[in-house]
Amino acid sequence: MFNNLSYLTLQQYWWIIISVLASLLVFMMFVQGGQTLVWQLAKNQKERSILINSIGRKWDLTFTTLVTFGGAFFASFPLFYSTSFGGAYWVWMLILFSFIIQAVSYEYRTKANNLLGTKTYDIFLIINGVLATVLIGTAVGTFFTGSEFSVDRINITNISDSAISRWKTPTHGLEAAFNITSLSLGLAIFFLARVLGLLYFINNIDNDGLVKRASKQLKICSIPFLVFFLLFVGLVLTKDGFAVNPVTKEVFMESFKYFHNLIEMPIVLILFLIGVVGVFYGIFLGAFKISGKGIWFAGLGTVLTVFSIFLLAGFNNTAFYPSIFDLQSSLTIENSSSSKYTLTVMSYVSLLVPFVIAYIWYTWRMLSARKVSEADIANDPMKY
Amino acid sequence: MAEFNFALVDWSRAQFALTALYHWIFVPLTLGLSFIIAFMHTIYYKTGDVKWKNMTKFWMKLFGINFAIGVATGIILEFQFGTNWSNYSWFVGDIFGAPLAIEGILAFFIESTFIAVMFFGWERVSKRFHMLSSWFVAFGSNLSALWILVANAWMQNPVGMKFNPDTARNEMVNFFEIALSSTAIHKFLHTVSEAYVIGALFVIAISSWYLLRKRHLEFAKRSILIASIFGLLSSGFVVLTGDGSAYYVAQTQPMKLAAMEGLYDGETNADLVAVGIITGKDNDKKVIGIKIPSMLSWLANKDVNAFVPGINDIVDGNEEHGILSTEARMQKGKISINALADYIKAKRENNSELAVEKLVEFESNYEHFGYGYFENKEEVIPNVPLTFYSFHIMVSLGLFFIVLFLWVLVVSLKGKLENKKLLLKISVWSILLGYIASMLGWVVAEVGRQPWTIQDILPVTVATSNLGVGTVQTTFFIFLALFTVLLIAEIKIMFTQIKVGPEEGGKNV
Ligand code: HDD
Ligand code: HEM
Ligand code: HEM
Repeated sequence: MFNNLSYLTLQQYWWIIISVLASLLVFMMFVQGGQTLVWQLAKNQKERSILINSIGRKWDLTFTTLVTFGGAFFASFPLFYSTSFGGAYWVWMLILFSFIIQAVSYEYRTKANNLLGTKTYDIFLIINGVLATVLIGTAVGTFFTGSEFSVDRINITNISDSAISRWKTPTHGLEAAFNITSLSLGLAIFFLARVLGLLYFINNIDNDGLVKRASKQLKICSIPFLVFFLLFVGLVLTKDGFAVNPVTKEVFMESFKYFHNLIEMPIVLILFLIGVVGVFYGIFLGAFKISGKGIWFAGLGTVLTVFSIFLLAGFNNTAFYPSIFDLQSSLTIENSSSSKYTLTVMSYVSLLVPFVIAYIWYTWRMLSARKVSEADIANDPMKY
Repeated sequence: MAEFNFALVDWSRAQFALTALYHWIFVPLTLGLSFIIAFMHTIYYKTGDVKWKNMTKFWMKLFGINFAIGVATGIILEFQFGTNWSNYSWFVGDIFGAPLAIEGILAFFIESTFIAVMFFGWERVSKRFHMLSSWFVAFGSNLSALWILVANAWMQNPVGMKFNPDTARNEMVNFFEIALSSTAIHKFLHTVSEAYVIGALFVIAISSWYLLRKRHLEFAKRSILIASIFGLLSSGFVVLTGDGSAYYVAQTQPMKLAAMEGLYDGETNADLVAVGIITGKDNDKKVIGIKIPSMLSWLANKDVNAFVPGINDIVDGNEEHGILSTEARMQKGKISINALADYIKAKRENNSELAVEKLVEFESNYEHFGYGYFENKEEVIPNVPLTFYSFHIMVSLGLFFIVLFLWVLVVSLKGKLENKKLLLKISVWSILLGYIASMLGWVVAEVGRQPWTIQDILPVTVATSNLGVGTVQTTFFIFLALFTVLLIAEIKIMFTQIKVGPEEGGKNV
C-alpha cells in the first residue's frame, strides 16, 4: 500500500500526520486553559473541586498526545528533533518541567500527607497552564520567524567537536519570546486554551452558577484571543518567508511567502477559513447561548486552523524550521526526514491512528454521559 | 576543547541516569500491579463478592499514586534524547525514533484511556467493560515496556540497519530484525517478569505488615495467596530469561560480560563466579571467591570448552582467538572516519571519482568506525567493580526471591501465615530488595556497555548535544531536587493510604 509511494509523497504524508497531532494537541490544551481558570471561576472549595475533577479526567490524554507528538516527530523528522530540542534547550525544558509538575498534581492534591499541600499542587496546575500554552505556541511561532542555528553533517567526522546541529544563541530558545510574531502566537494559544477550557466546562459541568460564570468569562477571554490571533495571522501573511527552490533545494527569502502559500494551496485556505469560522461559532454558542455544543465547534475549528497553519509552514516548497543564522541550514520536510524505508514502516503503523481515535472517542462518550456535579464527586472514591 | 566535552558528557550521562533511575522506581510496580489488579477485578466480576471489589479498589488506589509519578518521570526521558543527546538523535534517529513513536501510538493511549475508565468507571460503564478495562491497562503498560525495550536492546545490539554516507547517519533496512532481535525479546521478557516479581513483593509486603499488626486479616491472606503464586511463576521466569540475556550479552557485548564476571584474562573452561570479590592492582586484578567450574563457558557459548575473552584480551588483542586489539581497531576507525570526511568533501566538489574511492575505504573499515573516536585504549573499559558487584547482587537476590515466594506460598496454603512473625518481617523488607535488584539490573546493562551509546558504533562522547556544561549542570540539579521532592510526597501519600487500609476500597483521606 505505502510501498509504491514516492519518497516525497511519504514525507508529505508524514508532515500531514505531524500536523494532525499538533492540531489535536492544541485542542487538548483546553486542559491547560482550564487549569488557569479554576481560581477565577470558583467561589469556594467545592466549586474548585468540581472544576478540577472535570478537567482532571482528561489531563492524561493531553499529556499522552504531547508524548506521541514528540515520538512521531522524532521518528519522521529526526533532524528537527535533534536540532530544535537540543538547541532551543531551555524552552523545551521549561515546557517539560511544567508537565512534570502537572502530572502529579491531580492525583496528589487532596490526598492526606501530601507534603506540599493542596495549594502548592494547584499552583503547579496554574504554572503548567500558563507556561505550556505560551511556550509551545511561541516555539511553533519560530516555524515562521526562524532561529539561529547551523547544521552540517560533516561535523560528525570531527573527532573532538562532532555536533551536527549547533545553536548560536546562548539563551537557547528563550530568545523567541522577544519576537513579536512568535510571542503573539504563544499568547493566542494561551487565550485559545482558556476559551476551549471554558467551553469544555460549559459542556461538562452540572452547576448553574459555574456555567453562567464560565459563559461570562468566555466573552472576556475571547477578546485577547482575537487580538493576538489576528496580529499573528497579519504578521505572518505579510512577512518575508523562507522559500525553497524545488530544483536546487536552495533556501531563499521570498516576500509574502506565506500569503502566496495560502493562495497557491486553496484547500489549505478553505480549511483555514472553515476552522476560524468554527472557532468563532463555538465561542458564540458558549458565550451567548450557553450551549454545551460550543466545545465541539470550537474544537474542530481549532484542529482545522492549526492543521492549516502547519501545512502553511511546511508545504509548497517552504522551509518549516528556518535558520536565520545560515539560510542553507534551514530544515525542510525533504532534508530533515527519516529514510524512505522508515517512513514506509511508520506509515503502516499510522493506519492504527483512526482506531486509536475511535476507542478514545468511545470511552470519552461513555464517561461523560453524566455531567460532573457536586453530588457526583462526593461519592467518588477516586476523586482528585 | 576535549576537556570541555568530557565534562559535558559526564553531566549528560548523570542526568540521563538520574532520570532513568527515578522513572524506574515506578515503572516495575505499574507493570506488575496492573496484572494483579486485573486478576482481582476478574474474580470480583465472576463472584460479585464485595470483598474482592474493595480489594481491587484498594490496590487500584495505590496504583494510581504510583502511576502519576511514573508518567511525570517518563516524559523527560523521551525528550531527553533530543535535548541532551541530539547528535545521537540524528545519527540513529532513523531507527531509534520508530519504536518511541509506536510506543506512543500503540501503548500509551491504551494505557491512559483505559486508566480513566478503570478509575472513574465504577458506576458509569457496564461491569464487564469495566473489568476488561483493567486488563487493557495491564496490557497497555506492558506494551509500552515492549517498545522502549526494543529501542534499548537495539542500542546494545544494533541490527537491521545500514550507514548511509550521504545523510551521514544509520538507516533502518529491516524493521522486523530490530523488533524481533533475540536481545530485544530476552530483554523484554526479563524486564517484565522482573516487574511482576516487584508487583508480587509489593502486595506481599503490605499484606504481611497488616498481618503483623493483626489488621484486615482476611484481605491480607487473600492478597498474599494471589501474589505469591504470581510471584513464584514470575521469579522462575526471571532466572530463565536472565540466563538468556547473559547469553546474548556474551555474543554481542563481550566486554560487558567480562566486566560482569570480573574476567580480566580470558580462559577456556572459564569458571562462573558464584560469590566473589575483586582483588589486586593495576594490571594484576582478579576475582577470588567460590566458582563453578566451566560454567561461564557453558553460559556464554553453550560449550564447556569454549574460550571466553577477558578484558585484557579485548584491549590488547588475542591472536590465537582472532581478537583484534583495541589499538588496531582505533586506527581502522580513524581511517573510516577520515574517509567519510573526504567522501563528503568530494561529493560537495562534484569529484565523483574520488568519492567512489573514499566510499570503499570508508565502508571496508566501518565495523571499527566508533573506535576511531577514542584517544587511548583504556577508554573501552567500563567500570568493572560496579558492573561486577551489581550483577552478582542481582542474581543472588533473584534466587532468594524464589525461595521466599515458595516459602510464603506453602505456609499460606497451610493457613499458618499469621503466626510466622519472622517470615512476615522478611516479607515486609523484601520489597526493598526487589527495588534494589531492579536498579542494579539497569546498572549492569547500562554501565556495562560504557563507553558506547550504540555498541561499537557511537561512543557517548560523540552523542551529546552542543550545550555548555553549566546548562546541563543546572537542569541536572533541577531534576534532582524536583524528583526527590515528588518522590518524598509519593512515599508519604502511599504510606498514609496503606495505614488507612483497604476498608471500603481505601477511603479518601
Ligand atoms: C527484581 C529484579 C531482577 C532480578 C531478581 C534479576 N534481574 Fe536481571 N535485570 C533486571 C532485573 C532483575 C532488569 C532491571 O530488568 C534488567 C536491566 C536491563 C534489562 O534488560 O533488565 C536486568 C538485566 C540483566 C542482564 C543484562 C542484560 C543486558 O545487559 O542487556 C543480565 C545478564 C541479567 N539481568 C541476568 C539475570 C540473572 C541471571 C538473574 C537471576 C537470578 C537476574 N538477572 C535476576
Ligand atoms: C528505565 C530504565 C533504565 C535505567 C535505569 C537506565 C540506566 C542508565 C544509567 C545508569 C546510565 C548511565 C551510565 C553511565 O553513566 O555510566 C544510562 C545511560 C543511558 N541510557 Fe539507560 N537506563 C534505562 C533505560 C534506558 C532505555 C530504555 C534507553 C533507550 C531507549 C536508555 C538509553 C540510555 C542513554 C542514551 C544513556 C546515556 C548515554 C550513556 O551514558 O550510555 N536507557 N542509563
Ligand atoms: C529511557 C527510555 C524511556 C523513555 C523515553 C520512556 C518514556 C515514557 C513516557 C514519556 C511515559 C509517560 C507516558 C504517558 O504519557 O502516559 C512513560 C511511562 C511509562 N513507561 Fe517509560 N520510558 C523509558 C523507559 C521505560 C522502560 C525501560 C519501561 C519498561 C520496561 C517503561 C515503561 C513505562 C510504563 C509502564 C509507563 C507508564 C507509567 C508508569 O511508569 O507508571 N519505560 N515512559
